[in-house]
Amino acid sequence: MKVTMAHGSGGESTSKLISEVFAKHFKNEYLDKLEDSAVVPGNKKIAVTTDSFVVTPIIFPGGDIGRLSVCGTVNDLLMSGARPMYLTCGCILEEGLEIEVLDKIIASMAETAKEAGVKIITGDTKVIENKGGEPGLIINTSGVGFIDENLDVPGPFKLQDEDAIIVSGNLGDHHAAILGTRMGIESNIVSDNAPLREMVEKLLDNNIRVHAMRDVTRGGLGTVLNEFCSASECEILLNEESMPVSATVKDFCGILGLDPMYMGNEGKMVLSVHKDDAKKALSLIKGSKYGENAGIIGSVRKNKETVDNNVVLCTKIGGKRIIGLMYGEGLPRIC
Amino acid sequence: MTDTKLSQIIKALKEYDGEEVRLMEVCGTHTAAISENGIPSMLSPKIKLISGPGCPVCVTVTAVIDRLIELSMQENTCVLTFGDLIRVKGTYKSLADARADGASVKMVYSPMETIKLAMQNPKCTFVFAAIGFETTTPVYAMVLEEAIKADIHNLKLLTSLKTMPQVIRWVAGNGGGVDGFIAPGHVAAVTGSNIFKELSKELNIPFVVSGFEAEQLILTIYALVSMKGKDGIRNLYKSVVTEEGNTKAKELVDKYFEVADSSWRGMGKIKGSGMVLRKQYQDYDAGSIGLDEDHMPKGCSCASVLVGKVRPNDCPLFGKSCTPDNAHGACMVSTEGSCYNYYVSGRR
Amino acid sequence: MCVAIPGTIIELDGTKARVDFNGNIVNAEAGLVNVKVGDKVLVHAGLIIQTMDDKMADEMDELFREIEGLSI
Repeated sequence: MKVTMAHGSGGESTSKLISEVFAKHFKNEYLDKLEDSAVVPGNKKIAVTTDSFVVTPIIFPGGDIGRLSVCGTVNDLLMSGARPMYLTCGCILEEGLEIEVLDKIIASMAETAKEAGVKIITGDTKVIENKGGEPGLIINTSGVGFIDENLDVPGPFKLQDEDAIIVSGNLGDHHAAILGTRMGIESNIVSDNAPLREMVEKLLDNNIRVHAMRDVTRGGLGTVLNEFCSASECEILLNEESMPVSATVKDFCGILGLDPMYMGNEGKMVLSVHKDDAKKALSLIKGSKYGENAGIIGSVRKNKETVDNNVVLCTKIGGKRIIGLMYGEGLPRIC
Repeated sequence: MTDTKLSQIIKALKEYDGEEVRLMEVCGTHTAAISENGIPSMLSPKIKLISGPGCPVCVTVTAVIDRLIELSMQENTCVLTFGDLIRVKGTYKSLADARADGASVKMVYSPMETIKLAMQNPKCTFVFAAIGFETTTPVYAMVLEEAIKADIHNLKLLTSLKTMPQVIRWVAGNGGGVDGFIAPGHVAAVTGSNIFKELSKELNIPFVVSGFEAEQLILTIYALVSMKGKDGIRNLYKSVVTEEGNTKAKELVDKYFEVADSSWRGMGKIKGSGMVLRKQYQDYDAGSIGLDEDHMPKGCSCASVLVGKVRPNDCPLFGKSCTPDNAHGACMVSTEGSCYNYYVSGRR
Repeated sequence: MCVAIPGTIIELDGTKARVDFNGNIVNAEAGLVNVKVGDKVLVHAGLIIQTMDDKMADEMDELFREIEGLSI
């Protein structure tokens, strides 16, 4: 069966779609009431975020748009030092989408939410005309997380001199998985889309002095670190040799002329940590799910005379290269 | 042992205090590799690297982009292209802009995919934006070979194909003085290193064929500095570059293409610097002849940048009104472009 | 100007090759080179433009030999 315009009419077909697909998978004490708003217990300090997800193809190696839409929002909450609690789910379906496909994606959302320890408490569904091409869907998720009362919330402007820069795993997997599918390059590269709750909670629970923390998504590591640099007015020195990139992704970049420094990820974070906590932070991350390839990739220099606010990569051969902002879509270059 | 040798060479390049040496890399992939490895930071200020006209996207004139846009807006026509050409502006807009307006533009990895697409969609004409140098031309020749074999006619090429020797002569004659050329490794893989041997004698400038690894580039620069003032050729990319190159590839190119004058962005028409489809294969041409018009924005120094007369940051628009997000010239668009590379890597 | 990296031929059917780059597999046309499965090749935009000569591998020793006698 396929999604039709009737599924967005608000009538019987809509109710049926909601109960047979969404409510079935999301099932929890708040959502089950199917009220206009979900009423949930709260906290003194909360973090709120929202994100919309558009990706082609909707099911890709290692994940799908459903898993992506949970990970993206959960990770955004985590990066503010919040413990993710509730998610909302807004779906815009294109007419013609197979309900079987939709079911698979919503099931994957539910499973990922369970893994990430969040409840999807309210949602909305609309249907739009298909303007040609494979029918897809767009998902928006908003999220709420609770912040510990006495936490010094990390922020990009809080980097300190001599901080260690840690990245939680290999760079570029998600971007390469998606682009590989589109460009017809076969590989075993899978998207890294994953919720980073375990590693972040371990850092919080062990009182690691995390000064700044960001998930490395679109624009890649280069973009995030540039934001850190300008917000904190400091220099970040990176070591090319310690940059975690898998051999397969490295060659994938070689084929298409891409730079892993600017490639998107969906389950990686970078953090600036007090130098005395760096080793412990690294071992906590490495001991967490999705953190096995984590590494210390550089350090921060602040309040020194000769500092420009740049991200500088010390290359293997011994050169220095400024990692600037990324421009455009990060298109493959061939010639 | 090799490590010490390499570090001695690296030290010598950093401490070099002889006469100023200006070296040109005539290949966009070299430009990118030089930036990626931070090589400029390892050289004495007396050794200057200049980026030459070797990025096919950067040297494509606006008339070609305009024609591609026109084709992409036609019914039952789809323009196929490599990634970075999509963002280059023609007179008014880029292929990316056209796509946003509903034009049919598709990015592919290989021109060979055109064959399959043309077979699967017989009602649509596929036009490949055939840009490139000697390395890429054999790919287009192969596409034609297969299309003709399979009796496919809904496939065309819009060609803007360039060749190295004439433009290198032009640069040597019109540029700001080049003391050595880092010869393009993958062009040489096809053409053979001999084409640079002749050029070197004629121009009395040394050429070193280089690969794309940091070590190869370092040794290439070292070799060129020491060869300054003399002609001569060295090959530091022997695993793929022979004196003759790929004879089969050259023969196939010769079957379908012939030498022609070609217009280069900012440089005008250079005699014998390009290739066009031979007369008997005109059916496969999407209107490539006469696309010479080149709309340069006011103040844009693309031309002088491409020939190494000025460095990207000497252009009055560089980093001001011309940035990768709002590029006037193609050199700022392509990730192989010299302006783009200077801008993003902070190369000064 | 011409992005190309070395890969290894893992399948060959006439002139249609499948080339492996550390786990990335690309279809490539092999009509312009004499190759067999296992050969290292240079692929540019879906076409094998050259074979890679292992004996001539760009080992550092080989590169140093090429620039022997030069000094600055």
